[in-house]
Amino acid sequence: MLMQNAAATDTRPRTAPAPVVALDAITKTFPGVTALSDVSLELHPGEVTALVGENGAGKSTVVKILTGIYRPDHGTIRVNGAPVQFAAAQDASRAGITAIHQETVLFDELTVAENIFIGHAPRTRAGLINTRRMRTRARALLDSIDAEIDVGVRLRDLGIASKHLVAIARALSIDAQVVIMDEPTAALSHKEIQELYALVERLKAQGKAILFISHKFDEIFRIADRYTVFRDGRFVGAGPMAEVTEDALVRMMVGRSVETIFPARARKPGEIVLQVEGYSHPTEFEDISFSLREGEILGFYGLVGAGRSEVMQALFGITRPSRGTARIGGTAATIRAPAQAIRAGIVYVPEDRGTQGAIRGLPIFQNVTLPSLRRTSRHGFLKLAEEFRLAREYTGRLDLRAAALDQALGNLSGGNQQKVVIAKWLATRPRVIILDEPTKGIDIGSKAAVHEFMAELAAEGLAVIMISSEIPEILGMADRAIVMREGRIAAEVAGGDLSPEILVRHAAGITQDAQ
Amino acid sequence: MSTQSVPRPDEARRVPDRLRSPLGRLLKSWEVLLLLVAVAIFVANSFASPYFLDAWNLSDATFNFTEKAMIAFAMALLIISGEIDLSVAAIIALASTAMGAAAQAGIGPAGLVAIGLVCGLACGAFNGALVTGLGLPSIVVTIGTMSLFRGISYIVLGDQAYRGYPPGFAWFGQGYVWWVISVEFVLFAVFAVLFAILLHKTNFGRAVYAIGNNPVGALFSGIRVARVKFILFLLTGLMSGVAAICLTSRLGSTRPSIAFGWELEVVTMVVLGGVNILGGSGSIPGVVIATFVMGLVTFGLGLLNVPGIVMSIFIGLLLIGVIALPRLWAMARRE
Repeated sequence: MLMQNAAATDTRPRTAPAPVVALDAITKTFPGVTALSDVSLELHPGEVTALVGENGAGKSTVVKILTGIYRPDHGTIRVNGAPVQFAAAQDASRAGITAIHQETVLFDELTVAENIFIGHAPRTRAGLINTRRMRTRARALLDSIDAEIDVGVRLRDLGIASKHLVAIARALSIDAQVVIMDEPTAALSHKEIQELYALVERLKAQGKAILFISHKFDEIFRIADRYTVFRDGRFVGAGPMAEVTEDALVRMMVGRSVETIFPARARKPGEIVLQVEGYSHPTEFEDISFSLREGEILGFYGLVGAGRSEVMQALFGITRPSRGTARIGGTAATIRAPAQAIRAGIVYVPEDRGTQGAIRGLPIFQNVTLPSLRRTSRHGFLKLAEEFRLAREYTGRLDLRAAALDQALGNLSGGNQQKVVIAKWLATRPRVIILDEPTKGIDIGSKAAVHEFMAELAAEGLAVIMISSEIPEILGMADRAIVMREGRIAAEVAGGDLSPEILVRHAAGITQDAQ
Repeated sequence: MSTQSVPRPDEARRVPDRLRSPLGRLLKSWEVLLLLVAVAIFVANSFASPYFLDAWNLSDATFNFTEKAMIAFAMALLIISGEIDLSVAAIIALASTAMGAAAQAGIGPAGLVAIGLVCGLACGAFNGALVTGLGLPSIVVTIGTMSLFRGISYIVLGDQAYRGYPPGFAWFGQGYVWWVISVEFVLFAVFAVLFAILLHKTNFGRAVYAIGNNPVGALFSGIRVARVKFILFLLTGLMSGVAAICLTSRLGSTRPSIAFGWELEVVTMVVLGGVNILGGSGSIPGVVIATFVMGLVTFGLGLLNVPGIVMSIFIGLLLIGVIALPRLWAMARRE
């Protein structure tokens, strides 16, 4: 399967200046897994290098090596040509390398200025923190990136986009030569993304080298100057963006071509399984009513904060609705706890995989069987053989990649963790499965696998609710879509009428007349 | 289905169940390291004192740890779930005081046992309700109830003591089942097995690990987190009641200062046994071995006439040493 693409693997520098940072033949292994095998990566000043690869390709491991969190088993890291060793994260930051992570690591209880200068705050003569100077300099840094944020507020009072700007200001404050952006746009709105692009351009103009990690191809082609592709922990190719097509990049990433992203489906919904009537919550949502049939995929579209997840979490028993009823298969169900929802046949695959979905310290098989322990045990006593059988069956269906089923879940890549979380819920044999942003932050290959799998489930008669903020996903997968806005159902759109314009208009509250 | 959909790569790929054999895993475990420490201390003791290898002396030595160990089993589950109970010694004081008052009123051994157990359960329920019902942090709650429970005992007793327990009551703390095997040691062994089964072989035990690793994830997986935690507080209270019965029976008297400072020794046993103080991992066999290690050290030092205060220095050093050992080993190998 390994492709030898002579043109793509050509890494000879053409017009580019010497790299600021170069990784040379880096290998990193974990118990049972080779995360990186002999990979190389160069970052040039004033350029954006996109690091492309599926989940599990080794992107996060590279970031951790660059930032001094992991030490490579073999290979050299060069900064401005000289080989260096990072014993700790401070060494990397002293070498001018800084990262803005997927889940940006900042301190919610500290102020914006304190966050920017933590670890290197300006001091007074007595050695105490010079708060006044710290604030002035923080203000200047934020001004330089056009961020209108009060330096005195606590970070927890800021939105995710502002937090990103603070992280960037922090990167600038240590005079970074290299800025790593790991999925910086994942949680940003369209407008915020545009602002981020402008910021990246400004950093480029200042001569910073930028490593840009993203799953979104339009972004990569919009912003990157060069690309490097990893697959399964190996280097596949690198070169200037100008000399590569989207197709070629996808082929390098997955080692095959992805022609159809959305599977074709026979749409023949059966009986109504779930009937929700007048569901309301004091603060989050109001008067939500809908029904769901066997074999149907119902899309929930809306802007972030429209209340979609909150409705689903109420149906799953995490929060309690103030009024309203849910009927499952015709009988009224009172759901006060997830355990009751599971018994009634409703399961929820959360958007926040890290804290709500995965129990990283437990082995894979124990994660899969956790909600099904009643079935894999006898009189409350565990039966390991049954657990392994169930875990094997469902992880096999999802094509899980792992060293062993008794490996801790936390050792897997994000995409594979998601597969385990989905396997966990399928193993309960639900009647209704709610998927909250099931493909957010996962690569094209895994995305297609999840979509195809959803289609399979629906074909088997499972009723699927899919919350998604991606219009193509709603259009490609849903039989019907409900658009939510500000905690209410703005519209219900039948499959035949689905179009990007309709979804966006209802989500944003633009009426027909105003058009 | 579309023909050009993504092919499932490599249908033959199968993920094996286990990476290492259970035996290989065991050999590298904390429990084995701890067992080696226990054996080393045993050998050192038998060389240090000629009285050590005497069956009756060894039997006496078990009283150093049996009562604390019984609480440690329940505490291990509680700590694995991410909570802690620092009021266990105070529960002993309160339960012992209640039993003493009942004995004054002429209640027989069976009634005293029932009172000890119910008192332990009630205290555990009080802790559990505050933690799970009101969502308060257990370390704060149980530091509070630690003062509260023992305070009640001081109010009732002042500088007095209850004596005069009925003759049959002495059996729990002073009786022998067979030859040198004491009633307490049998209770210790039985509870060790019961708690090992509960933690390692049941759905409940699995829930305890899941909660300790990620309480939110456990809740989203359909585990009744609050209920499990409440039961763990009940169990810890109950085992404190059992310890109170044994200790009161052994001493034959109750003072409000009974079992003073035991909570830290119990927590030390649990941590020494390899339970992560932050929750999520640990085992009952580890705790069982740890109780022997601590019992052997205190007994050995006692035979050498080492005073109690020096003994506590030893226990402290032992705890730090055993916990630092794997770290130091890993660091040495990396150099």
